[in-house]
Amino acid sequence: MKILVCISSVPDTTTKINFTENDTQFKKEGVQFIINPYDEFGLTKALLLKESGGGSVTVINVGTTENDPIIRKALAIGADDAIRIDSTPIDGIHVANEIANYAKDKGYDLIIAGRESIDYNGGMVPHLLGELLSIPSISPCVGFTVNGVEAEMETLIDGGKESVKASLPMVIGSQKGLVQENELRIPNMRGIMMSRSKPLTVEASTTNDSGQKIVKHELPAAKAGCTMIDASDVDKLVDLLQNEAKVI
Amino acid sequence: MSVLVYIENTEGTLKKGTLEAVSYAVELAAANGSSLIGVSIGEISNDELNKVGNHGLSEVIKLAGDKVNHQSAASQLNEIAKSKGASTVVLTNSWQGKGIGPRLAIKMGAGLVTEAVELPQGKTIKKKAFSGKAFVNVEMTKEKNVIAVSANSFGLKENSSQVNISEDGTTSSDTSLQHVSYNRDTSKLSLTDAEIVVSAGRGLKGPENWGMVEELATVLGAATACSKPVSDADWRPHHEHVGQTGITISPNLYFAIGISGAIQHLAGVSASKKIVVINTDSEAPFFKAADYGIVGDAFEVVPKLVEAIKKVM
Repeated sequence: MKILVCISSVPDTTTKINFTENDTQFKKEGVQFIINPYDEFGLTKALLLKESGGGSVTVINVGTTENDPIIRKALAIGADDAIRIDSTPIDGIHVANEIANYAKDKGYDLIIAGRESIDYNGGMVPHLLGELLSIPSISPCVGFTVNGVEAEMETLIDGGKESVKASLPMVIGSQKGLVQENELRIPNMRGIMMSRSKPLTVEASTTNDSGQKIVKHELPAAKAGCTMIDASDVDKLVDLLQNEAKVI
Repeated sequence: MSVLVYIENTEGTLKKGTLEAVSYAVELAAANGSSLIGVSIGEISNDELNKVGNHGLSEVIKLAGDKVNHQSAASQLNEIAKSKGASTVVLTNSWQGKGIGPRLAIKMGAGLVTEAVELPQGKTIKKKAFSGKAFVNVEMTKEKNVIAVSANSFGLKENSSQVNISEDGTTSSDTSLQHVSYNRDTSKLSLTDAEIVVSAGRGLKGPENWGMVEELATVLGAATACSKPVSDADWRPHHEHVGQTGITISPNLYFAIGISGAIQHLAGVSASKKIVVINTDSEAPFFKAADYGIVGDAFEVVPKLVEAIKKVM
């Protein structure tokens, strides 16, 4: 199977979020960037599919050269080659258009993208790709088995799961469940050495189509402080919840 | 120019998230002086649909649909948007809404804002970002827009109106996804809709100890949730995992029992209006994000709390 995995570069999950330039930009100083965790489940699934059924795994990223370290990491984990579309992402519609323009005539059987990125949480890229390429899309995808060109998938719906079928080519949005946490891979020395000679091709931007632009960021209002209640006095807590907070 | 709102149903019932989207669309249309039409797809009784009248929606188009999925729904909604000249479509930010939004936006040539928490001010709209750690105000740069409203953010607005339901024969031409089976339990309150959530972490020591958590949830009419280590260890199902890489929630009241409060967990729950933390460790970082705290052993505190709540409810 010929697989394309979309990866994005996001602040590490432990990052304290701060902004700069009058709150118009995310403050990158001192922040560790990682492969978006949802994308990492997708990359791992792609590698497992390749190992069991053959084919190739290409990773694609829309971004500037500052993303090269996370792209090299994906190559060190096991992707065969990488594409970086040299463009500063505007929103999900922009990113999906860049990827769809690149992918449309390349004959990928399966395109995988994280169900959302943990920075702007648009959660739209997998389905946008499906629509732009006129192929089915399932996101979040928490189970995927393929037999020839027939794929059976599990997705989340209100209150549980739904099983669906579709024919390749298609797009799936990855998260935990597609593979398990303990199946994620850490690059080893051999992988890191090999990644240096794997191709990372830089492609020019083809579009600036987008639907939104950032005006200003805000942090949630700080809590006023925590009222401590003695463990022996749970009635007091119930009273506060009922009469002060008025939430029960 | 008109506004459409998608009236999502779950096995024929309208969830709170749907009625919040209706409330949002009613105020949006009023602010813009636009007409507003609700669109329902699939099997649902007129009695149930009439509930949108409690929130100010009066025009409803009912479309048939079997095993509605995001692709078929997007295709039907686009047809209605076209025929009604709609410039804005409002959805819930549910799993189905998240699937419909992107497909519909491309079909309509519209922009897409998900996780919206407030009405737009002009073309600027506020949405959640960084998995609950922040918000971002974005300018919608296209003329047409699809807006998915985050659950428990806008709230329900009471606004009585008479509902006029008309049936319409618009069907979907998209059959590329085939339904196989459902595996769901709709008797359980959904986590994103719940006004109270009771959540527990590693402090509970093992899955066999969740009985008291479920009991507390039952007396409060709450949904249950858990931290990432708990779902990773398979003590609880993955769909209960709240946090940065799980579900982001914003209930009125969140109970964190035996959860230390790692930054990744706080990201998913910090939008809760009130937070109660119960932890043996007085230094647990969660107390800094809490409104009410008890330093104590969950195995003693929670059963007493259940009894105390039973007395008053």
